[in-house]
Amino acid sequence: MKEKTIAVEKDNKLKKLVKNFGLPRLIITGFLLLLFILAPIVGADFFAQLTNTINRFSWNAIMVLAMVPMIQSGCGLNFGLPLGVIAGLLGGTISIELGFTGGMSFLMAILIATFFALILGWGYGWLLNKIKGGEMMIATYVGFSSVSFMCMAWLLLPYHKPNMVWGLSGKGLRTTISLEGFYDKVLANFLKIKIGSLEIPTGTLLLFAVLALLMWAFFHTKVGTAMTAVGSNPAFARAAGININRMRSLSVIISTWLAAVGILVYEQGFGFIQLYTAPFYLALPAVSAILIGGASVNKASITNVIIGTFLFQGMVTMTPTVMNSMIHMDMSEVIRIIVSNGMILYALTRKTEATR
Amino acid sequence: MEKSNTPLLEMRNIKKDFFGNQVLTDINLTLNEGEVLGLVGENGAGKSTLMKILFGMGVIRDTGGFEGEILLNGDPVRFNTPFDALAAGIGMVHQEFSLIPGFTATENILLNREPKKTNVISQIFGERLNTLDKPEMKNRSETAIEKMGVQIDSGMVINQMPVGHKQFTEIARELSKDHLKLLILDEPTAVLTEKEADALLESIRAMSSRGIAVIFITHRLHEILAVCNKIMVMRDGYIVKEVKPEETSIPEITRCMVGRNVDENAVSATEKVDDNKDVIMSIRKLWVDMPGEIVRNVNLDVLEGEILGIGGLAGQGKLGIPNGIMGLYEAGGTVTLKGKDVPLNSPRQCLDSNISFVSEDRRGVGLLLDETLEWNIAFPAMQIQDKFLKRYLGGLIKWRDEKAIHAVTQKYVDELMIKCTSTKQKAKELSGGNQQKVCLAKAFAMEPTFLFVSEPTRGIDVGAKALVLEALKRLNREKGVTIVMISSELEELRATCDRIAIVSGGKVAGILPASSASEEFGMLMVSQVR
Repeated sequence: MKEKTIAVEKDNKLKKLVKNFGLPRLIITGFLLLLFILAPIVGADFFAQLTNTINRFSWNAIMVLAMVPMIQSGCGLNFGLPLGVIAGLLGGTISIELGFTGGMSFLMAILIATFFALILGWGYGWLLNKIKGGEMMIATYVGFSSVSFMCMAWLLLPYHKPNMVWGLSGKGLRTTISLEGFYDKVLANFLKIKIGSLEIPTGTLLLFAVLALLMWAFFHTKVGTAMTAVGSNPAFARAAGININRMRSLSVIISTWLAAVGILVYEQGFGFIQLYTAPFYLALPAVSAILIGGASVNKASITNVIIGTFLFQGMVTMTPTVMNSMIHMDMSEVIRIIVSNGMILYALTRKTEATR
Repeated sequence: MEKSNTPLLEMRNIKKDFFGNQVLTDINLTLNEGEVLGLVGENGAGKSTLMKILFGMGVIRDTGGFEGEILLNGDPVRFNTPFDALAAGIGMVHQEFSLIPGFTATENILLNREPKKTNVISQIFGERLNTLDKPEMKNRSETAIEKMGVQIDSGMVINQMPVGHKQFTEIARELSKDHLKLLILDEPTAVLTEKEADALLESIRAMSSRGIAVIFITHRLHEILAVCNKIMVMRDGYIVKEVKPEETSIPEITRCMVGRNVDENAVSATEKVDDNKDVIMSIRKLWVDMPGEIVRNVNLDVLEGEILGIGGLAGQGKLGIPNGIMGLYEAGGTVTLKGKDVPLNSPRQCLDSNISFVSEDRRGVGLLLDETLEWNIAFPAMQIQDKFLKRYLGGLIKWRDEKAIHAVTQKYVDELMIKCTSTKQKAKELSGGNQQKVCLAKAFAMEPTFLFVSEPTRGIDVGAKALVLEALKRLNREKGVTIVMISSELEELRATCDRIAIVSGGKVAGILPASSASEEFGMLMVSQVR
């Protein structure tokens, strides 16, 4: 009799754990573990794979972090991430155009990007305050249209630096610009740890850690508390004298700035600036990463960012190697798309779970 | 078929409780063919619940059903859904319109019951492809409209109609059902102008002469006297009076509606009424555009250290007063606190003048449902008065002081006896009464000099009610906080307040000491109803 109750209790505990952790997260974690176990068996270098995963984590984590403020303030998932990315791209290209090199070019890129991110973020925030309730759809279109607009601008803006413009005509930026000699791996090589085939990009991880810490700290301040309250119940916040629009704008500006910094960090790790339609493909992975991490449409934490980015990027890196070795067919893209879109769909259907 | 001596409708010993909260007790009701029954009572007296039972609404079944029996033409019936009730010939017109805005009156009246013509296609593919018989539809809807004795264009689109015509369309929809025997009208005149209301009363008489029985619910007592054959007054789930209109008067009905056996506790609070007190807040020409609770022109002086009650029927504007002053709805006029102007339409500046507000909309405005009790209680005080914060870098960084927040929450949890597992519990997990206490604690934590409390006991059980009211009285007595309490329950106001202002038609109809007789309040409540 007693044993039975214990068994039932255990069963309940397990159910509760599954409920708290979320079934999709559980499945993805299991899948990732399986990949790590399979990797050595199918003949891939385990540490090289781990290095890859950590690298990709370090490139993407800040852009996932950019999701947090807008989720917390009730603006939903930032599908307009490309707008911030564009601020970052402007910062990077202008910094190079002005002739900065090495670490300095990275610092200047961040500075210039900050300028653009503040302006764009402010405008984006103003727009989102006009259409409360439909933020995510409008954000998607803001992302799309800004990228399309910049496709024209990249061609027309007066860039002259020979290593950035098209070789023949001498004007218009190339689709891919190498960062060698500029800020390629400036963070990654800072205090880099190398043990056998395992490499850890300490600098990049440190920057993420600092930003994440700042974010955590921000949500422990008076303003951060107000922002969370606005996301949790705007009517309550208004009755407590909070200026809702200002809080929301602030969250959008922070998010846009983080996206700008995020893309610069991504570029320094990747080694190239990608222009034109490339920013299209950054919003969805970031959105699905934070959702895999366990965030909901109006609650997110730093833990969600770290777990989510690791799981998502881990899967994206591990799948092609393992799959290719096993079935000699490239499935990585298919799986990436299924996972990222599936996660978003799942999260949006769960929207009602939060009490409004 | 009809036995002339059996009543059309008979309800016997109806009892209903919502989770142990008795809302209807031993209701007996008989209604003959063609009779018009007027049902009156304060908000929450049980009128709507009784009608929901009769109409078989799902909410009754979901909350455990009811006791007692309903007989229709002498046969016991029990409706499980409104469809059963409709099939048995009972029609109901609700307070809110349920019409399709883009359809014409005819289309609305006959929706899903349209006369149809067969055609070639429908003979092959089944009757769902029948076409509508437009002339016949027009014909039928016009007959229904005619039954009411009013003139409405049957081809007019609903959203172009004045409110009154919408109301008539709803009634016509019920009348167009051939076997309609009983029609329930739930406050149909609330939205009508006087002239339209008269037309409606006329049409009720017309229906009654055709043998249709009507149950008529309204707050406008003169209408009841004018049209009904029988009047039933409900209070606290009992039928307290059943009378013929010839034998009664408006004052008598109002006394029955509001007056309990005039409680002794009502008088106790009035001892300290003192004419020498200073005016702390004066309200002049206040208007507030709060949907459903419009305030038109309120002039009111609140004395320092008193508990002022604001009462009145639903929809007359009593809720608009605090919501307008606190800046939650658009408002105009002048409000001064201790001689200083309180800016309207700006919640922040109002809160800065140390006025605090406990909203009637607990879940919508009052609480952060997804956050902990600590956050709920400490938040406004933190944001407005910079309490519970640690300062670093010369005040540049204002860090949440979790310890202080926990301490203040624990203090109020103990003081108000909030039942919770810990101060970290989420607000949504608490019961209604405890949520209300959290709302009070939130306001108390700001240590206001002036407090608005709106419907503090709505939807909470008797035990919690007493506690909440006691907490308010204690705050007033011990800290000298001036309290304005808005409530629909007159008895509660009389037991708590020093003076009571009654709001009717968006204006203050009068202010009386709490010891005044119930019927005096009742008269004021209905004095300017529009």
